[in-house]
Amino acid sequence: MIEVKNLHKSFAGREILKGIDAKFEVGKTNLIIGQSGSGKTVLMKNLVGLFEPEQGEILYDGRDFVKMTQKERVMLRREMGMIFQSAALFDSMSVLENVMFPLDMFSDMNRTDRIKRAQFCLERVNLKGAEDKLPGEISGGMQKRVAIARAIALNPKYLFCDEPNSGLDPKTSLVIDELIHSITQEYNITTIINTHDMNSVMGIGENIIYIYEGNLEWVGNKDQVMSSTNERLTSFVFASDLLRKVKDIK
Amino acid sequence: MFLKKSITGFGEYLCLMKRVFAIPERWAMFFKQYIKEMAALGIDSIGIVLLISFFIGAVICIQIKLNIASPWMPAFTTGYTTREIMLLEFSSSIMCLILAGKVGSNIASEIGTMRVTQQIDALEIMGINSASFIIMPKILGLITMIPLLVVFSIAFGILGSYATAFAGVISIEDLTLGFQYSFVQWYVWASIIKSLVFAFIIASVSSFYGYNVEGGSFDVGKASTNSVVKSSMLILFADIFLTQLLA
Repeated sequence: MIEVKNLHKSFAGREILKGIDAKFEVGKTNLIIGQSGSGKTVLMKNLVGLFEPEQGEILYDGRDFVKMTQKERVMLRREMGMIFQSAALFDSMSVLENVMFPLDMFSDMNRTDRIKRAQFCLERVNLKGAEDKLPGEISGGMQKRVAIARAIALNPKYLFCDEPNSGLDPKTSLVIDELIHSITQEYNITTIINTHDMNSVMGIGENIIYIYEGNLEWVGNKDQVMSSTNERLTSFVFASDLLRKVKDIK
Repeated sequence: MFLKKSITGFGEYLCLMKRVFAIPERWAMFFKQYIKEMAALGIDSIGIVLLISFFIGAVICIQIKLNIASPWMPAFTTGYTTREIMLLEFSSSIMCLILAGKVGSNIASEIGTMRVTQQIDALEIMGINSASFIIMPKILGLITMIPLLVVFSIAFGILGSYATAFAGVISIEDLTLGFQYSFVQWYVWASIIKSLVFAFIIASVSSFYGYNVEGGSFDVGKASTNSVVKSSMLILFADIFLTQLLA
C-alpha cells in the first residue's frame, strides 16, 4: 500500500498540491482523476520521486520515500514500474530489447532466461511475434503494451500509469485498461493510474481519488461515483451529454 | 545578468559531470553502450573526416604553391608548410570544429529527444543514473575514437596534397622533401592531445544542452544549435591555451 500524508508542492510560489492525504490500496487499480492543472501529474511525479515535495510523507508499505537516502530510493525504485503517457520506449532498441532492458540492468538471470522472461511478458500483453520490431514500427496501442510488458518484467510491487490511454482509440483504451486491471489482480500490485478517461473511471475505478485545485475533493469507487452528490465531481465526471444520460438512466 | 547566467550554467554543468562520472550500475551494459557510441560517433564520422581532409590538404598545397612559393623560397616550402598546417591546426582544431557540428548536434538532439519523450524519466524511475548511463559512454567513446580520426585526417590531408602533385601543381620530390624536412614528432602527439580535450568539450557540452532540454521539438532544435555554438567557442578558447601550453 502507498500512503500520502499532508503532501505540499509549489512551483514559482504557486501552490499546486495543498496538503494531500490519500491511500492507494494493494491489488487494486487506484485512479487519480481531476481537471487539467488540478495537480494529479504533480502528485504522481512526487510519488515516483521525479519531484521533491516541500512537506509531507509518502509511505511505501510504511517506508517514507521522502526521507530515504539516494541509495535507498534506488533500491525502492527497482520495485516500481511505470507506464508513461508517451510509452517512453527506447527507440534505438527493439521491442524485445526494451522489455529485456530492466532485466539486463538488474537481474542475475543468464541471457537465455532473460529472453524467456521478456518473451513471457510480451505474451502476457498479447504481443507475441513483435519482438524484433522497433518502437517506431508499431502502433500507439502496441507501444503501450510493450511499455506494460517492460514495467512488469521485474515483478514490480508498485505500478504507475500516467494517462495510459492518451492518444488511443476507445476500443484500444479498453484493452489497455483491462490489461492493467488483470495484471494488478494477478500479481497483487499497487497500481496508480492518472487519467482523464471516463471509460477508465467507470471500467476499472476500484479506488478513485478526485483532486480539485490541489486538494483531495472526493474518494470512492466507480459505483459510488454514480450516486455521489459532490457537485464538483459530478460536473467533472458527467461533463458530456452522453454520460449525463447514462447517469439518469441508472 | 549575463555573468550570473554563465556562472549558474557552469555550476549546473559541473553538477551534471559529477553525476556522469559515477561507477556504472552494470559494466556489461556500459561496455555495450560504449562500443555502440564508438561506432556512432567515431566510425560514422570517418567518411566526412577523410573527405574534408583530402580536399583541404589539396587546397592548402595549391594555395601555398600559388601565393608563397617563389624563386627566393626553398623548393620544399610548399610541402613543409602544408604539413605544419595539417599537423598543428587543421587535423586537430579545425577538424574538431567540424565534428562539433556533426557529432555535437547529433548528441544534443538525441539526448534532448530522449528527454522530451520521457525516456530519461523512464531510466530514472527504474533506479538508473540516467546521466551516467547515457552520457559517459558518449564522452569516452568520442575520446577513444578522436586520435584515430586525427591520424586519418593528417594522412588524408597529405594524400590530398600528393594528388595535386599528380595533377602537376608541384613536383612529388619537392613535396616529399617538404613533408620530411625538419619533422618534429611531438607535433603529432600535441595534435592528438589537443583533440582529446576538444572531444571532451564536444561530447560533454552537447550532452549538457541535450540533457537539460525542457519543452518540445522546438527546444530540442534550440539545444542542438546552442550546443554547436558553445562547444565551438570553447574549442577556440581551449585551442589558444593548449597551443601555448604544448608549444
